[in-house]
Amino acid sequence: MHLAYPAVLSVLLFCTGLYGVLARRNAILVLMSVELMLNAVNLNLVAFDVWLSKAAEETLHSGQALTLFTIAIAAAEIGIGLAIVLAVHRNRGTSDIDKLRDTAEGPDDDGPDDDGPGTGTPAAGPAAEKAEATA
Amino acid sequence: MTLAATAGHLAAGPTPLAAASHGFLSPTGVEIAFVLVGLVTLGAAVVTVTTRQLVHAALWLVVALGGLAVEYLLLTAEFIAWVQVLIYVGAVVVLLLFGLMLTRAPIGRSPDADSGNRWAALTVAVAAAASLVWVVVDAFRTTWIDLDGPVAGSTAVTGASLFQNWVLPFEALSVLLLAALVGAIVLSRRAKADRATDTGRPTTPNGSDKGGVR
Repeated sequence: MHLAYPAVLSVLLFCTGLYGVLARRNAILVLMSVELMLNAVNLNLVAFDVWLSKAAEETLHSGQALTLFTIAIAAAEIGIGLAIVLAVHRNRGTSDIDKLRDTAEGPDDDGPDDDGPGTGTPAAGPAAEKAEATA
Repeated sequence: MTLAATAGHLAAGPTPLAAASHGFLSPTGVEIAFVLVGLVTLGAAVVTVTTRQLVHAALWLVVALGGLAVEYLLLTAEFIAWVQVLIYVGAVVVLLLFGLMLTRAPIGRSPDADSGNRWAALTVAVAAAASLVWVVVDAFRTTWIDLDGPVAGSTAVTGASLFQNWVLPFEALSVLLLAALVGAIVLSRRAKADRATDTGRPTTPNGSDKGGVR
């Protein structure tokens, strides 16, 4: 098999995942796109390991071992990521990453550390959002 | 170097081995199957990152990951293929679906699935794809994988290499999985304790307003 086929497929899958990470707004969809990127890397590792294991006399099968490690790390990553997303959703009521801008520096931001004493009181404007964000 | 390799390939052409040499425009059956499954995989991946229905994105991700498992089988990496099916299709997608349900993702079309910087993201992705495809095709256009002979990724071969050469990373990985498990449990427990202390907060007008945005 021509080596360019799996390499090109891996590149296209990686760039699809890259588009998803940059363009999606829901945090879980971003995690799905990260999975696509990790799978593209896995396909590259497997293809090059099969090529090198036939080309070389002695091989460690490092590509396939690294693929297994990547799969395990991806499973751990998706578990931690979903736990964080669920905690954020519980605290703020949204999983929209465009709204999680507490540490962003902008002209409409007056410092993240002015949380009011009453975090549960309904207030007006961005102060209530800030108070809820730091709860 | 590629020029020299091409010249060597052309020099070997008129010999009687020409029928056995590789041809770029005469693909083998494995290559045709790889390209077809690859098209399905890529299409499913594109639908995954562009659809506006969140649950459909997770279900198309199943198609993409299953297609990748078939690609591993075509590359004679059997063990990786079945690990892919078990862990990705079996566990990760189920976790993602649980996450979508627990964050109360809307069933049906959600108008704000994509953010405003979609065109910038598309530009970056297309530019990266074009440059990487150019580089990769230029680098590996005279390289072929020999898929004949003994299987490169059977369970016996993978297990032998994993437990002869890769024992220490394997054990370190088990510690990492344990740490991830404990971390996920700690994150979930602390959030639940916080929610138990102030239960009246989601009923504030701001909370209902933020919920109404979605």
